[in-house]
Amino acid sequence: MSAGGTLIEVSGLTQHFGRKGWFGGGRVVRAVSDVSFGIRKGEVVALVGESGSGKTTVGRSMLRLIDPTGGKVVYDGTDLAALPPAALRPWRRRMQYIFQDPYASLSQRMTVGEILTEGLAIQGIGTRDERMGKAARALDSVEMPRDALARYPHEFSGGQRQRLGIARALILEPEFIVADEPVSALDVSIQAQIVNLLRDLQERDGLTMMLISHDLSVVEFLADTVIVLYLGRIMEMGPVDAVYGAPAHPYTPALLSAVPSTAPGAKRTRTILKGDVPSPINPPSGCVFRTRCPVAMPACADTIPPDRAVGPGHRSACLRS
Amino acid sequence: MAERAPLLELRGLRTVFRVRGREITPVDGVDLAIGAGETVALVGESGSGKSVTALSVMRLLPGTARIDAGQAILHRETGPVDLAGLDAEAMRAVRGAAIGMVFQEPMTSLNPVLTIGDQITEPLLVHGRCSRAQAGERAVAMLEAVGVPDPARRLAAYPHELSGGMRQRAMIAMALICRPGLLIADEPTTALDVTIQAQIVDLLEGLQREMGMGILFVTHNLGVVADMAHRVAIMYAGRIVEEGPVAEVFARPLHPYTRGLLASVPRPGEALALRRAGGRLAAVPGQVPSLMNLPRGCAFSTRCTLATDLCRAMPPDRVSPGPGRGVRCHHWAAA
Repeated sequence: MSAGGTLIEVSGLTQHFGRKGWFGGGRVVRAVSDVSFGIRKGEVVALVGESGSGKTTVGRSMLRLIDPTGGKVVYDGTDLAALPPAALRPWRRRMQYIFQDPYASLSQRMTVGEILTEGLAIQGIGTRDERMGKAARALDSVEMPRDALARYPHEFSGGQRQRLGIARALILEPEFIVADEPVSALDVSIQAQIVNLLRDLQERDGLTMMLISHDLSVVEFLADTVIVLYLGRIMEMGPVDAVYGAPAHPYTPALLSAVPSTAPGAKRTRTILKGDVPSPINPPSGCVFRTRCPVAMPACADTIPPDRAVGPGHRSACLRS
Repeated sequence: MAERAPLLELRGLRTVFRVRGREITPVDGVDLAIGAGETVALVGESGSGKSVTALSVMRLLPGTARIDAGQAILHRETGPVDLAGLDAEAMRAVRGAAIGMVFQEPMTSLNPVLTIGDQITEPLLVHGRCSRAQAGERAVAMLEAVGVPDPARRLAAYPHELSGGMRQRAMIAMALICRPGLLIADEPTTALDVTIQAQIVDLLEGLQREMGMGILFVTHNLGVVADMAHRVAIMYAGRIVEEGPVAEVFARPLHPYTRGLLASVPRPGEALALRRAGGRLAAVPGQVPSLMNLPRGCAFSTRCTLATDLCRAMPPDRVSPGPGRGVRCHHWAAA
């Protein structure tokens, strides 16, 4: 774990999607509410949670791929959330996004060489030959043959395409990467290849990374810090070993124990949560987890629990912790 | 597991597809048996043939595909019947009545313009089991059994009005309403969140204890297999490469592919230790080969660290290293 200074400080990030109805009303999807955390240089922070938890929304808001409706994203001293779109371009080079679906995120009509050098061309970096040289070296670093440059994405398998997606993100030499479910569309035997590659590249370049994943063992392997989201709010955050080893919020052990293990004889000692995740259009009052919480009390309906320190760098938003 | 009465037996099942004027064989000589009350997991990655195997048994193959050889014997009270040889009409009488089916994505397999009640009662009415009023009562009881709250009211709901987990419960109710002896579940938890997946696994186990059906569980998720299956069969490029009781296969995998798959999924607590030690996840190198261009010998030989000239020249036969176990590898004894 490299403990650099703070690179990104997110405070009160809020993303409420929706439109006003014709007569004033309208429905608002409370995707993310009042989320705050910091990321140090060289740190890998994982966002975990189920669908509707807001993890992808947080990731996209951080790169201003969508405009947050509230809060700040202070990147190296500048609030990106407040910048006009045109002023974002120099920042774009420093932050890149790796998408989940390597089938949908690579243009089928462009060669791999064109895809890899597009970002460099937009940023006005180098001559055409210099850009192709960089593209060739980017292929080396993701362990793909250089003859891929003249070929098209459909000629490659899912795992190879994800390598291309990673090469495209890294060619601009960013300092910060958001990797959104980078292996979940891949076959099990291929996932480990890509996870190892991400780890190697992160260490080689000292990348700061936000990993969005529902796969808790991938998170355990890659992340320094984990943030557990539920219905758009942070339930618990802290160092991976603390959150996994001594979870403080009642949602965390339920989430951890829901993942079945292949260990022989590890027949589960699991907490099965009842019911479904409520709709973010109409989240429960007070603590959003209370409708499924095994230890909820009447007070949980009244107050949004403030987060409290429960250990070094370890915080939990539960009235009981 | 003790020997169980056979319910479904696949013998040398072979299914071919015509693709761009050529034939590929996604299922190439599959032997598999499922007993009453038993859950057998069919595990594999994309292109392994696991789903095509399930679709072949249900005879729901697309027009470009056909069962080319082998049998799928379903043992019914009235005697054994080979599903591979049934005509379309006879097969319709089997589907829903003797075999229930659950698919990955309940939103695409439920009809969006029919109510949940219409869809759950349909198999009962199609198979002429009872009157419309009785069907309604049984639908309510079945929805209750699968844990849908307020079942009488839910009969009038449309699929889009239910959550993903509730839709999958409704699918299970529909599949089991005629009390079939066999349930075929193709990735039934893959589209669900982990806390909902745990609920559905728990539900299927409970229903199996109550109703005693055999389950063919098609999945790529080894954790779910460990959780709920009695036996497991691992498929690779159209063939079962290893099979046996889950506890034994996971404790002592004999095929290098099975070992690779298990090693690439770190167990809780292991990943952090591994990383602190500066280790890497154990990846299976290379890519799954294309069915259009399979290696001549063992299909796994292009990715296998144990592969020899023998493996590249000749596909291995199935050997049985112990009771209930099978493996297709020239070098299994080196495991």
